[in-house]
Order: sequence, then structure tokens, then C-alpha cells
Amino acid sequence: MAWTKITKTEDIPLREGRCLEIGRKEIAVFHLRDKFVAIDNRCPHDQGPLCDGIVKGTTVVCPLHGWNVNLETGKVSKPDVPAGVRTYPVRVKDGLIEIDLSALTEVEEEAA
Amino acid sequence: MKTKVQRLVVVGNGMAGMACLEQILRHGKDWDVTVFGEETYVNYNRIMLSSVLAGEKQMDEIILHPLTWYSENQVQLQLGTRIVDIDPVKKLVRDEDGGVTEYDKLLLATGSSPFVPPIPGVNLANVYAFRNIQDTKKLLERAGPGVKAVVIGGGLLGLEAARGLQVQGCSVTVVHLMPTLMDRQLDETGGRYLKESMEALGVTMKLGKQTREILGEGKVERLVFSDGEEIEVDLLVIAAGIRPNIELGRKAGLEVQRGILVNDYLETSDPDVFAVGECVEHRGVVYGLVAPLYEQGRVLASTINGLRESTYAGSATGTKLKIMGVDVFSAGLIDERNGGCEAIRYEDPAQGIYKKLVLKDGCLAGVILVGDVSDSARYMEWYRTGVDLSSQRRHLLFPEPAADAGENIAMMPDSETVCGCLGVSKGTIIEAIHEKGVCTMSQLKAVTRASTGCGSCGGKCQELLRAVAPDYEEDEKKSLCGCVPFTDDRLREIIHTQHLKSVQAVLDIYGNGTGCEICRPALSYLVDQVWCGEHEEDRSSRFINDRVHANIQRDGTFSVIPRMRGGVTTPAELRRIADVADKYEVPMVKVTGSQRIDLLGVKKADLPKIWEELGMPSGQAYAKGLRMVKTCVGTQFCRFGTQDAISTGVELETRFENLYTPHKTKLAVVGCPRNCAEATVKDIGLIGQEGSWQVVVGGAAGKSVREADLLITVSTTEGALVAAELFFQYYRENANYLERSYDFVERSGIEKIRRATVYAPDEQKLALRERLAKSKNQASDPWLERNSPRPTQFVQIAPMEVPVDVAVRS
Repeated sequence: MAWTKITKTEDIPLREGRCLEIGRKEIAVFHLRDKFVAIDNRCPHDQGPLCDGIVKGTTVVCPLHGWNVNLETGKVSKPDVPAGVRTYPVRVKDGLIEIDLSALTEVEEEAA
Repeated sequence: MKTKVQRLVVVGNGMAGMACLEQILRHGKDWDVTVFGEETYVNYNRIMLSSVLAGEKQMDEIILHPLTWYSENQVQLQLGTRIVDIDPVKKLVRDEDGGVTEYDKLLLATGSSPFVPPIPGVNLANVYAFRNIQDTKKLLERAGPGVKAVVIGGGLLGLEAARGLQVQGCSVTVVHLMPTLMDRQLDETGGRYLKESMEALGVTMKLGKQTREILGEGKVERLVFSDGEEIEVDLLVIAAGIRPNIELGRKAGLEVQRGILVNDYLETSDPDVFAVGECVEHRGVVYGLVAPLYEQGRVLASTINGLRESTYAGSATGTKLKIMGVDVFSAGLIDERNGGCEAIRYEDPAQGIYKKLVLKDGCLAGVILVGDVSDSARYMEWYRTGVDLSSQRRHLLFPEPAADAGENIAMMPDSETVCGCLGVSKGTIIEAIHEKGVCTMSQLKAVTRASTGCGSCGGKCQELLRAVAPDYEEDEKKSLCGCVPFTDDRLREIIHTQHLKSVQAVLDIYGNGTGCEICRPALSYLVDQVWCGEHEEDRSSRFINDRVHANIQRDGTFSVIPRMRGGVTTPAELRRIADVADKYEVPMVKVTGSQRIDLLGVKKADLPKIWEELGMPSGQAYAKGLRMVKTCVGTQFCRFGTQDAISTGVELETRFENLYTPHKTKLAVVGCPRNCAEATVKDIGLIGQEGSWQVVVGGAAGKSVREADLLITVSTTEGALVAAELFFQYYRENANYLERSYDFVERSGIEKIRRATVYAPDEQKLALRERLAKSKNQASDPWLERNSPRPTQFVQIAPMEVPVDVAVRS
């Protein structure tokens, strides 16, 4: 685990997402009813910014064409296609959102 | 059958003559046909003239047979030619210029003429009948706001003329000789209900009044009644009834009484002369209606082709008043005090509903319906067929609820007319369902046009769909979505009565607590609208566009369109726009179709700075709200302008800007009927003309194209703005979320909207405008949020610390 301090919890309003920029990588962080979650920001369909989608329960709806992405599993739930995005573990500590970015590192290494 | 081509001469180019000719030609026999028409127009639908006067139809929309029809059928048409004489011995007709045309068979379809009572002064200028296109054109030229119009005659035609003139902006008084309106079709009670609903529309009624004299210098100025009362008048319409045109027949030696006498084969007393339509008298009856024409035409077609196989036994006719929203139907006997008759009545004064059935020997002998004509087809069928109703006595006014909802409708014959306005039969609807796969009401409307007139047959169409269409879908009262299963109307009621001020509260109490991308924005709109902006705003329920006040593009960037009221800008604004585009390297600058400038490809993080540097308010090109008011140049510069379109458009945009609507709302104001800013295809359009404005609503030129309906004509600019306000707020309060005004107008019917807005009681109008003002008071330019943005709304969050392994590589 490589927890990285991201931002204050109050920076992300309830049921909204914000985009976290790490180099060229974008991660969408969401504030759900009882927790924060983080996924890759770009929709697998047409690269829509998922952080700008409307949140319903534990799903986000891409603002461009309405694909549904499950925020806990990263899987696309609508339409019925075998696609998905990467998820990242999130925890809250001392009022700060922390994300485990080790998955990101793996991706970068795969790409390298 | 003779081989020689026979010469058929038709005198009269109206609905009767042509309906009949069409049937004759259908028999396939060769005829050398000549048609003489006194009017200079091709055959048109005379009944629809009142719709033309009321601005619901254009002249060219009521043409029944265009010129091409005549040429395609090798019919020689002589318009503007009056036949003055028939020589039945030499078998020829003479026109007024001395021209002679020979015939083998002659068909008289001379129709009828308006009856003009011999009142002194009746020949003054601005006194008109209401019978043909020419009359209608003249009335439309003269009618307008501030014009005092009087209609003499409170029958069907008089009332329709009155309503049409009123819609054109006139103040209208109807003067009727008898104490009861439509006294040929209604009893005293029915007349009273009708009077009340006409008065509710704002038409003044003077009943039991005889006009003694028409006064004026050259043109009509005053009317004097026999009781001494006088009223002022600028425009007088005489609709005191019609008289069959029998003179030609009489001079030719045909037997005539009130009409030209015909037998059951539609033959006159001369074996080679036939007559049809309003000029004939058959078994003692003269018909002044359309329905019998087609039946007569069918019989005559057989007779004249020498078959003589079908006979005409008379028609059972019903009368329907064609004023949308004032429902009147009548057929048969209206007075039960005839021997052996009895009456069954129903009255609901609060709703303005009156029904009376006259029964004789257990059969329906007559019916009067005012305020609710939904059962007229059923009663008409009973009346026409003379079915014995003894066994159903308990259910005559209120049909026994059918065990199977489809049963009533299933029993209806295929030929029965469902939509009276557009003449769509049950058979046509069923065909559309089976062959075109129609399964929703809106599809049915699109395919058959049924229920697109007055809309009163909507319920019946719905029933038919439900009973027949295998994939029937309700599309009018759809609940918002599965998360909160209520209709928009019901949700408004819930939000209001339960004092729910936030989206989440509605979802928690009446929904699944979660909501979705469909219901959350809809509820956001509804709570805002119901509480006139005094709701708890929840941005998580808004689409991204309404969170960042810009329109998201396919690559996740945004477009920025500043407001340019009425499409008017300044050099200073243009410079700032150019500077911003340079500084932020905006990939594209584009002029939109709405007379504004679009900066495309802007990064979210740059939005607040750009708004600041533009120094212009948001054009809200991203919102379900007031977009813009497009204008033409108008009197300020245009040499043809008759109204100040620019100032009016700017004022209109100022009044409506920053307000949300169920769907996007696009307006236009034009200074003359050349309509350079396309006001007739906008959600609301103001069309200037000399001395007045037409306010039109429900136009569309997007994925569907629809010409806007005339809401009202008013004389002042402020009056036009107020009419627009009334419609705008009514649309805000009553349309379903994501329902464009053109669908809303189509669904509601323009007449209902008129009654709820411009013709509503004053207190109702005031209340609408007060709620609009309250919402407006709460609304502000969303781009001012740049001064106190919501947390991190416009920023890309950077981690507080450098991620251990990632930093270097990126």
C-alpha cells in the first residue's frame, strides 16, 4: 500500500466527483453517502470525464453518452459490455482523503 | 351502355358539387365534364373558414381540390363564371357573358347564400357576410386589436365568426334575435350553458335583440336596437342564416319549394337535371351541413351513370360547434314536449356540463350536449340507427363500465368517425395500428392526424390504442422514472403540498432515495419551479452543464456563449471576446444559429477567469431554460419594419433570462410579417404588424418542424410582452420536464392554453405573472458564481504530496 494524501474531505461535495491530476493521469474521486471512491477518470466508451457525471447510488453516469460505471468495481453496468476502469483504494484519515496509488504505478510500469 | 361520351355540366364548384363529381368519375364512365364556379377559387373546405379566421389554418390548407385535380381528371373548370339561365329544352346553360354550354346531363350544386335581413343601413361599408374565402379575407384584413366587432346571429356560424374575430384581437359582441343561442340546435338550458362559456371567453352576448337600424357615415358606426339601445361598431358581420340558391332551378321550370325538389335518386322534375347539396329539398328537408353531401353524392353518382341502384333516404345529421374549448353537439329533436317524447337530463353548472337525451318509443330521437361532447359519437350512432334503448335505460347518460375496458370501443363500427376535426374513422386508426405499428398516442397523431384538431377525441383514441395495439404504451402521463414513480403533475403537487424543498427530500420520501440521471435533474427543475427559486439547490442533482454553467463538449472541454440580448452587441464586447479567445487559445470561435458567439474548446479551469474577462452575463446556452430572443432589425433600421423588434426582443430577453424551463426555450421577435428572425418556428414568437403584434407559441424548427399557433393578437408592445409572460410561466408550470413547448402545445391544445393564459380571469393571469416575478427575483446571472465558486468546482485537484513512485515518470 502506498497511501498518498490527496485533499480535504470537504473539497468534494456529497454525491459529486472531482478530477485528480497526477502527471498526465486523471483519477476521478467521488464522495458517496458513506465513503469516498476513486476510479480512472476517462470513460472506456469515448473518454468522457466521469468526474463530471451524475452519481446514482454507487454508480456514475458518464456525462457524454450515459454509460454507467460502477464506482466500487469499476465495471461498466450499462450498456452490457465487458469493459471497465481501474479502481483505487481510498481512506479518510484526519479529515484528509488518501488514495492508494500503487495500481497506478503498475499501469505505468506495464506501459513502460 | 352508350359509347358516345356524354357531356356533364356541373353548376357550382363547392363541396357538394365536387364531392359528387368525384364519385361520378369513380364509376369509370367517360364524361366530358365542365364545372362552373362563381367564386374565383378552386374547391375548398368551407367549414374550415372559421378555423382560418381564428388563425388555426391558412387559406391554402383548406383547399380540397387543387387545380391539378381538375386537369388530371380532364375536368374543364370555369371559375368566376355565373350561370344565369338554363334552357332545359335545348339542354344548355348560359353564363352572364352570354356564353352557351350544352349538356347531356346537368348537375345543380348551387349551394346557398347568406340571408341578409332587410335592416336599414345594411349596405354600409365594413358590413360583411361570412360565407366564402373572399368574406374571410376581408374580415382578416379589417379585424385587429381595438376593433369593435359585432356579429348579428347567434347560430353556429355567428359564434364561430365571433370567436375568430376575438382571436384576431377584436372586442366582440354577438347580437341574437332569439333569447337562446343556437336556438335551432339547443333548448333554453343548453343555450344558457353555451352563453356562459362564450362569455367566459370574453365575448359579449346580447340576446333577444332585434337590430332596427345600422348607422354610419359611409361605413358602419353604430347599431340601434328595437328597444332603443345603441352600441358602437367598427366591423359588422351578418350571420343570420342561409338560403338555398334555387332561383336558377325555378327559372328552368324545375319543381321547387324551399329547395330544388329531388326524389330518392336525387333526380329533379327534369330527368336530365340532378341536384345535390344545400340547394336541394329531399322529403321536405333542406340540409345545411356537410355530412349529407357525401351520402347524396354516392347515390347521385349511381343514378347519373344510369345504374339507379342506390337510393337516398335522408341523413341523420348532428351539429358540432367548432370553437375549441366550447363543446356543443346537437342532433335530432331538441324539444321533448313533442307528443310521446321524454327527456333525460344531466347538469353540472360548476363544470358547465349539460346533457339532454330526447327519447321516443324507446329510441333516441335527439340529443343536446354542452361542455362535454365525449359521447357524441355513441349518441349519433344510436340516433342514426334508431336502436331500441329500452334495455339500457339506466346507462344512457353514464355507460355501464365495461367489464373489459376495450369492449365499448370494440363495439364501435369501423366506419364511425373518431376524430371529427380531421375526419379520421375507427377503421383508419386500426389500420395505422396494424400496418404502421403505431403504439403510442403521439405516433397515432403523427400518422393519422387524429386528435390533432380540438383534441376532444383523445380519450377515445387512447382507448382504441389500449384495446388494439399489442405494444401499447402510455406516453402522455408517463411517470418521471422508476426511482420516483409519479407523473410530473403529481410530483408538483407532492412537492407543493408536502413542502418538499430539495431533490433529496422528494427522493427520500416518495422515491428510492437514490435517484438517477433522469429524475435528479427533473426534480431539480420541479422544486425550483414550484418554490419559485426558494428551494434548496442541490448541484449534485444537476447535469454537469448546470454545475459549471457551460456546455460540455465531446472531448470534455466546454463551450462559452455570453448573453447578447436580442442578438445585439457592441465593439467593446467584441474586442473583449476576441481578447479572451486569444489569451486562452480558444480553438474555435463560432457564430451560433441564435445570433450569439460561441467560444468552443474551453478548459473547465479557465471558465471563471473567462467569464470575468468577458464581463458579460451567461447566455445559458447549456441550460434547460431561456436561451435567447432572436430579433430582426425592425423599425430602428429596416425600411420595411412596422414594429421595434430589437427593443422589444431585448426587453423580452431581459424579463426571461436566468429562468429555467422544462426544456430549452428559444424566442424571436420580428418587426413585420416578413418574419426575418423566423418567429413562427420558435417556442414563443412576437410578430409585429402595422398597429399590432401577433403572439405565437409552440413553434419548432429543430428535430421536428412545427408552425407556431396563434395565441393572441394585441395592439400594444406591453400587451405582447405580457401575453408572452403568461404563456412562458404556464409552460414552466405545466409541461413535463424535457417537454418542448411545441409538444406541450400539441398535447394541451392551443385553446386550453389560451383559456388558461391570455383569456384567463384577471386574478389567474395576475397570479401567473406574480409567480414569474417571484422566480425572476430569485434568479441571477450564474456566471457571477465566479466570485464565490463552490469548493473545487473548477479546479483539477493536485495531490497534497508527491506520489512516491509516480512522480518521476510523469
